[in-house]
Amino acid sequence: MGLVMGTFSMQSNKQDRTYRKDKIDDDFEMSIVCHRPEGLDKLEAQSNFSKRELQVLYRGFKNECPSGVVNEDTFKQIYAQFFPHGDASSYAHYLFDAFDSAHSGSIKFEDFVMALSILLRGSVREKLTWTFNLYDINRDGYINKEEMTDIVRAIYDMMGKYTYPALKTDTPKQHVDAFFQKMDKNRDGVVTLDEFILSCQEDENIMRSLQLFENVI
Amino acid sequence: MAAGVATWMPFARAAAVGWLPLAQKTMPKPPVDKKSRSDEILFVNVSGLRFQTWKNTLDRYPDTLLGSSEKEFFYNEETQEYFFDRDPEMFRHILNFFRTGKLHYPRHECIQAFEEELAFYGIIPEIIGDCCMEEYRDRKKENQERLAEDTEAENAGDAPLPPDATLRERLWRAFENPHTSTMALVFYYVTGFFIAVSVIANVVETVPCRPIKGSIKDLPCGEKFSVAFSCLDTACVLIFSFEYLMRLYAAPSRCDFARSVMSVIDVVAILPFYIGLVMPENEEVSGAFVTLRVFRVFRIFKFSRHSQGLRILGCTLQACASELGFLLFSLTMAVIIFATVMFYAEKGTKGTTFSSIPASFWYTIVTMTTLGYGDMVPDSIAGKIFGSICSLSGVLVIALPVPVIVSNFARIYHQNQRADKMRAQQKVRQARIRMAKKGATNAFLQHKEDGGLQDGDGDSTPLCVKNRSAFEHQHHHLLHCLEKTTNHEFTDEVTYSEVCVTDSVGFRTSRSTSLSSQQGATTTCCSRRAKRRAFRLANSTVSVSRGSVQELDTLHVTKTPAGTQYPQSRSSLNARTENLKLNCDDYTAAIISIPTPPANTPDESLPNSPAIPGILRNSRSSTFNTQETVKISSL
Repeated sequence: MGLVMGTFSMQSNKQDRTYRKDKIDDDFEMSIVCHRPEGLDKLEAQSNFSKRELQVLYRGFKNECPSGVVNEDTFKQIYAQFFPHGDASSYAHYLFDAFDSAHSGSIKFEDFVMALSILLRGSVREKLTWTFNLYDINRDGYINKEEMTDIVRAIYDMMGKYTYPALKTDTPKQHVDAFFQKMDKNRDGVVTLDEFILSCQEDENIMRSLQLFENVI
Repeated sequence: MAAGVATWMPFARAAAVGWLPLAQKTMPKPPVDKKSRSDEILFVNVSGLRFQTWKNTLDRYPDTLLGSSEKEFFYNEETQEYFFDRDPEMFRHILNFFRTGKLHYPRHECIQAFEEELAFYGIIPEIIGDCCMEEYRDRKKENQERLAEDTEAENAGDAPLPPDATLRERLWRAFENPHTSTMALVFYYVTGFFIAVSVIANVVETVPCRPIKGSIKDLPCGEKFSVAFSCLDTACVLIFSFEYLMRLYAAPSRCDFARSVMSVIDVVAILPFYIGLVMPENEEVSGAFVTLRVFRVFRIFKFSRHSQGLRILGCTLQACASELGFLLFSLTMAVIIFATVMFYAEKGTKGTTFSSIPASFWYTIVTMTTLGYGDMVPDSIAGKIFGSICSLSGVLVIALPVPVIVSNFARIYHQNQRADKMRAQQKVRQARIRMAKKGATNAFLQHKEDGGLQDGDGDSTPLCVKNRSAFEHQHHHLLHCLEKTTNHEFTDEVTYSEVCVTDSVGFRTSRSTSLSSQQGATTTCCSRRAKRRAFRLANSTVSVSRGSVQELDTLHVTKTPAGTQYPQSRSSLNARTENLKLNCDDYTAAIISIPTPPANTPDESLPNSPAIPGILRNSRSSTFNTQETVKISSL
């Protein structure tokens, strides 16, 4: 009797072990894929960074992603570490789509550098265009209320549960309504790129804030 | 914490540009980085072995020695390097931790030395990666056990008692460690001797002696020499009772002693005698009384005080109880099955001994353990067939697994211990890592509380604000931007649950985190703390206990001084109970610190009813680990 039960439990252990081994094998295979970025000179020419800054950026990038590409899971993990209070995964997803301009499913160092170059060293118009692309989830050239609600909700998710004042369920919606009130000039329910850039340029706060992120590197 | 991905901080901050159009308020100013931004290579000299690394690598973990400003203490100006007089071999692993984010335990190193190095460099061992964690735990446990044995052996009795030990302590000592004094040793041997005597007497008194004159039947010696034996028994019981009472008196914790196994054995050994004394010479009860005398044999267990081996055996049996229980259970199953089968197989036979299923149990057990007494034998063919199956399966069920089980005892026992310990340790480990993480997340809240987020000039604050790395500044700035975008603030669980409670009850509590963000340039954290201290000193009748017991006093409410104009948006309470901008002359405030979540009280009523005693004001001064101030104003 004891023998029977003993053999049963040994069997199930073996099964677990083989299952886990397969999974580990899969991960191992995926991580072999490697990518090397283009030359330093070329990147320097294409972006607004100096050679030294690119070196610092690449060292950090390579440290976290030795294979040279960031996939969405790693991206989400990295971003989540900056916001331990809440859940940063949805906003990280939208960010990932914005960074991954070629929609290849992974971010290479060049994509990374180009996006950072725009965000940190680009002109106001470039920055606002980038932000517009971030908000425009389906890339159809218009931001409608659903897309904006998704983005805003993702941002509020990053705050986590414990906030003051406590987050109510319609806080994102109110925020979106306020946003559309400001941005949607012709009240057609969608925000186009021109409306967006125009409204932002009219807003003092936004203009001033855009200047703050110049010297992040 | 995000320290491991410190190098991605620029990316995270750049991504914050995406929040800007949504923000309803202006973003706060980013921290000014006074140091040069370019990365440099640092030289670290550890006992002659020179290491070089990027400064950024070390800055990844700002709460370690190498990542914080603590390393400046080791900077050597002449050679322009950091010199540590420590083990260079170990330093390699420490530095690899900074480089890769994973701490590995070198198997050939001594565990104590490794832990000391970790403690020196400010790294907690819980960070050790999963690849090396089990090895580390095993070695550590082994080491601890060995050390514990050594210290136990040391303390086992040879350390002399302090000279002012009471009689009780000395007595207890003598009982527990007999070789400490001659008297104790004598007592030890005497009791041992009497235990032996008592057991032998119990045995001998049943041996048949030659009959007394005039009788044919053999008498057991107990009855022939009944006087002698009863005298012996009485003497033994007296000595045992005396010993038990002395132990009870000397025991440091009488309840624990009374509950311990040894004392139970003692009691059981001497109880029959006393019961016999008080019981009347009744025929019916004397039968039961005789049964009680059986318990006298338990005196033999008293030897376990004298024998280490018996104690170990007892412990082992106790530990392997589950395995033994399982063996018993499977045996019982087999016994029941075969007994049933044999009973029904033998039912037809005339005059069969298998009168019932319980009666067949005896047959089954005797057959399965291959004893085969032969007092019960099957007659029918079916019975013989099943009987042979029973004896064969008996061999399988009992004889085969027994060696396997015996050898499994040690393995399963140790395995279970390790699994349970690992599970418990895993929980503890995760809890500690979570706490360290929480410490980091709460660092932001703490930073806010300290007034680090003021938009005013940074000149007035630096002395108070804890020294933070550039990375922490940037991270806090990032979180502050998020707060501004969403127009909500980060809090911790306690405040949040409080606020929920008060919201539901309809009252509002004042929160000085909102205060801090309103303060702006008017008060610095230093001056705020100073004022709090002043308040505390002002009222001497109220005792302040920091982080300990709640103490409340009768409280009187003051009328709040007029003219406190303080524009704020969060709660009107702030304006009325603003205690920081007011002069001490207007009223003396007593502040009591309460560590536990404070009661929420009706705040609005306070200024309007000046004479209500005993109302507790709740004004949280911090969200988590500094004291909470409860403002009670007195007229």
